[in-house]
Amino acid sequence: MATVPATPRPTEVPVKRSFARDLLVRLFRERPLGAWSGVVVLVLGVVAVFADVLAPFPFSEIHLIDRLSGSTTTYLLGTDQLGRDMLSRLIYGARLSLGVGIAATSMSLVVSLLIGGVGGFVGGKLDIVVQRFVDAWLSFPGLLLLITILSTFGRGVLQIIIILGISAGIGNARVVRSAVIAIKANPYFEAARSIGSRQSRTLLRHVWPNITAPIIVIFSITIGGVIISEASLSFLGFGLPEEVPSWGAMLSKEGRKYMEVSPRLAMLPGLALTLVVYCLNMLGDALRDLLDPRLRGAGGASSGGGSYGRLAARDATRALQRAEQRMQRRRNS
Amino acid sequence: MQHLRCFIPDAVQAYVIRRILLLIPTSIILTMLVFLSVRLIPGDVVDATMAQLEFDVQDIDREQVERMLGLDKPIYVQYLNWVGGIVLEGTLGDSFMGAFKVEERIAGRFRVTLELGLISIFIALIIAIPVGIYSAVRQDTAGDYAGRTLAVLGLATPNFWLATIVLIYPAIWWAWAPPTDLVYFLDNPLKNIWLYTIPGLILGTAMSAGTMRIMRTMMLEVLRQDYIRTAWSKGLRERMIILRHVIRNALIPVVTVIGLQVPIIIGGSVIIENLFALPGLGRLAVNALIDRDYPVVSGVNLIFSSLVLGLNLAVDILYAFLDPRVQHGR
Repeated sequence: MATVPATPRPTEVPVKRSFARDLLVRLFRERPLGAWSGVVVLVLGVVAVFADVLAPFPFSEIHLIDRLSGSTTTYLLGTDQLGRDMLSRLIYGARLSLGVGIAATSMSLVVSLLIGGVGGFVGGKLDIVVQRFVDAWLSFPGLLLLITILSTFGRGVLQIIIILGISAGIGNARVVRSAVIAIKANPYFEAARSIGSRQSRTLLRHVWPNITAPIIVIFSITIGGVIISEASLSFLGFGLPEEVPSWGAMLSKEGRKYMEVSPRLAMLPGLALTLVVYCLNMLGDALRDLLDPRLRGAGGASSGGGSYGRLAARDATRALQRAEQRMQRRRNS
Repeated sequence: MQHLRCFIPDAVQAYVIRRILLLIPTSIILTMLVFLSVRLIPGDVVDATMAQLEFDVQDIDREQVERMLGLDKPIYVQYLNWVGGIVLEGTLGDSFMGAFKVEERIAGRFRVTLELGLISIFIALIIAIPVGIYSAVRQDTAGDYAGRTLAVLGLATPNFWLATIVLIYPAIWWAWAPPTDLVYFLDNPLKNIWLYTIPGLILGTAMSAGTMRIMRTMMLEVLRQDYIRTAWSKGLRERMIILRHVIRNALIPVVTVIGLQVPIIIGGSVIIENLFALPGLGRLAVNALIDRDYPVVSGVNLIFSSLVLGLNLAVDILYAFLDPRVQHGR
């Protein structure tokens, strides 16, 4: 009864493996340490999202009778000088750190794409002017610039996200710019321009797909730094307001008087901070090794120019695959 | 540009001139950034000064205070006055809060930060270079992994936490506290250096992580060069090859990178000076920000930024001379 389909079954078409899945498999196979660090980050992310459910107490609930207690069955990690449960505060601190980290890093991406991407793509006078601004901004020592601006705009979660985002974005603009310039030097880009592709089309079809790998790398490398910046600012008293349970603020003024009595007050937030940043850095390093070897040895002194060899090869393979698929479809129809 | 080989001094010269000319627009933007970043909301400082003055003078009005601080003029006039003061008279202006010239206060505090920075860099190099060399020469051994893991850990550890731990545990165990009395080097060199040793160790370890990674990468790059293979096949001993051929070539980029790490030292010194009560520039800036003493903040920021800008230029120029492979075209 059923008519035999004239088109071949999809299995006959070469399987198009997704970029993300490919990357994940390679990550676990080639960089297991980075992959497991990623798992830790993921677990902490889940903890951060479900902080309300997981934390045994609200983060600001005061139990004066049990102040500065050690580990007990009620307070697994003890309490601080006001009798607030440390575990709950650490869990909410994870939400804050990761939340600020992700939000500010996302914002930094938008900024670096606008400044570096457009500057690199358009080039010319605009690029020169923008680059001088970037130079000036980068010569302003980071932490000092941040506390100066924050003391002007006031303390708050939103302020810190915006300011850290803009600041990290300007820092990354150079990397994005040089990636865009490297893409523009490729023959396929020239070919697209010479057959009269519009700018918007070259941007979307040629620049954007080739820039995703460096962007993933930049994202994962930036986020750890942003989290440390937030903690440092809160520690110095220029970051988040005191009622917010930030890991940096927990190490700061108020608690310092009691740290000699109960060193866990100093130990726990710092360990949490170091763990998160360590795992994020390991993940970032692993992703960089897999995706963009050109960025290796970050520090700005790498001498050789280097090309997007591996990326270009991958693109070429993909283009070939797509062309084959298209030809096969045409043959079948 | 390619046929103009870079080891021709002319190319280097042209590059240096270009690099210095580019510094002019950057400096102009930098002064604007430094000036405007603190002055976007001028209301607070007037309120603060008025509150302070109300003790002495009874009827004082807002406009008078604004005129006294020079805040009544439009912001671009204030900016031009400030820049004019720097260029023509070499002054960074008067403090809002105390009766002192900003540049004099900065000159007094600068040596503390400078000494802290130099000791930190020294400690960083002492740690980073041997570990980096070992890590590269014994690549993929247990020692290499240990070194690399420590470096990543060092990068992940916030230095304010490290400092907190260093301050707390010895205090609990031995009731020990770091020295706080400022001693000048010429009066008592040993005491002076001891004062900076622990803060320097904290800043230095933070910096050594990055330096060690660069040292290792550079060593590995040199180890793969043809002339190293030649040295091996000549039958030279390993010690000879590493000391004479590899380290010498790997060290150049590492030393230049030190200059680029100065912003990290400056950012760290802001935190460390506050924790260890060292009267340096970072502490001055933080206190001035809390007091909203804008001329002092702008002054410190300008000094630090100029330092970084100058060092970047020096590093680039040095690099152009040392490494003929650097592309001067861009």
